[in-house]
Amino acid sequence: MRLSGALVPWLAAGALVLIAIGLVWGLFFSPADWQQGDAVRIMYIHVPAAWLASAGYAALAICSALSLVWRHPLADLAAVEIGPVGAGFTALCLATGSLWGKPMWGAWWVWDARLTSVLVLFFLYLGHIALVRAFDDPVRGYRAGAILALIGAVDLPIIKFSVDWWNTLHQPDTITLTGAPHMYIGMLWPLLFSTLGYTLAFAAIVLTRTRAAVMERRIRGLLMARASAQEPG
Amino acid sequence: MDHLPYIAASYALGVLIPGCFAVAAFLRVGAARRRLAAIDTRSRRGAAR
Repeated sequence: MRLSGALVPWLAAGALVLIAIGLVWGLFFSPADWQQGDAVRIMYIHVPAAWLASAGYAALAICSALSLVWRHPLADLAAVEIGPVGAGFTALCLATGSLWGKPMWGAWWVWDARLTSVLVLFFLYLGHIALVRAFDDPVRGYRAGAILALIGAVDLPIIKFSVDWWNTLHQPDTITLTGAPHMYIGMLWPLLFSTLGYTLAFAAIVLTRTRAAVMERRIRGLLMARASAQEPG
Repeated sequence: MDHLPYIAASYALGVLIPGCFAVAAFLRVGAARRRLAAIDTRSRRGAAR
């Protein structure tokens, strides 16, 4: 708790600075694309949101595995708190994808493998949020949510490789971990700034929510202890 | 700048959605901290009696 309390202001400050640099650079100083024109600037929001939709779900699956295997109480709380934030970033990814798709493809939505697999991810997040709150006993809710999160993790490689496995309208990956990026350096830098900034923001939000959840659990414990102490006999 | 409405809407969402989550998280942790401090003090006082 003390470590996360000290970490959050630094994460939040770093996120604000990096997002501001990335978005201002991307909006005003990075070049327009020769084919897409200025619509390419949507990339500086869409790509970080898409990365965090998948990375957030991977974190949710890891917390679920920790919760199921080692019964770590903090892993349960972290998984519950990652869900809504991940769903928010997935919604941002889908919305900005639509806003990018309309001027480029002439359609707000196409049932393309990449888009559909990300929509499935959004429903998995919503399912997790609903399931962990659906039981009177929170521990049963955490277990059910963890199982759903682990089964749903199969969607992550499908999202990643959908553009290779199927013929999609969505473009293939421009940046990979193994190869050089197929992108002009003047576009790559603002993209890296905004991606890192949004990642720090995601971490700061999840840490803050988890700290609040820990405190709320302690409040419930204290209230129950006080109520049982006041009971006669 | 071409396609300006699409770009403006994307940037607005890119600021608003994470911004709302951040503000809500900081308000929630602040409320939890105040409530915990109040209950903790009362519990300690009760235990001392």
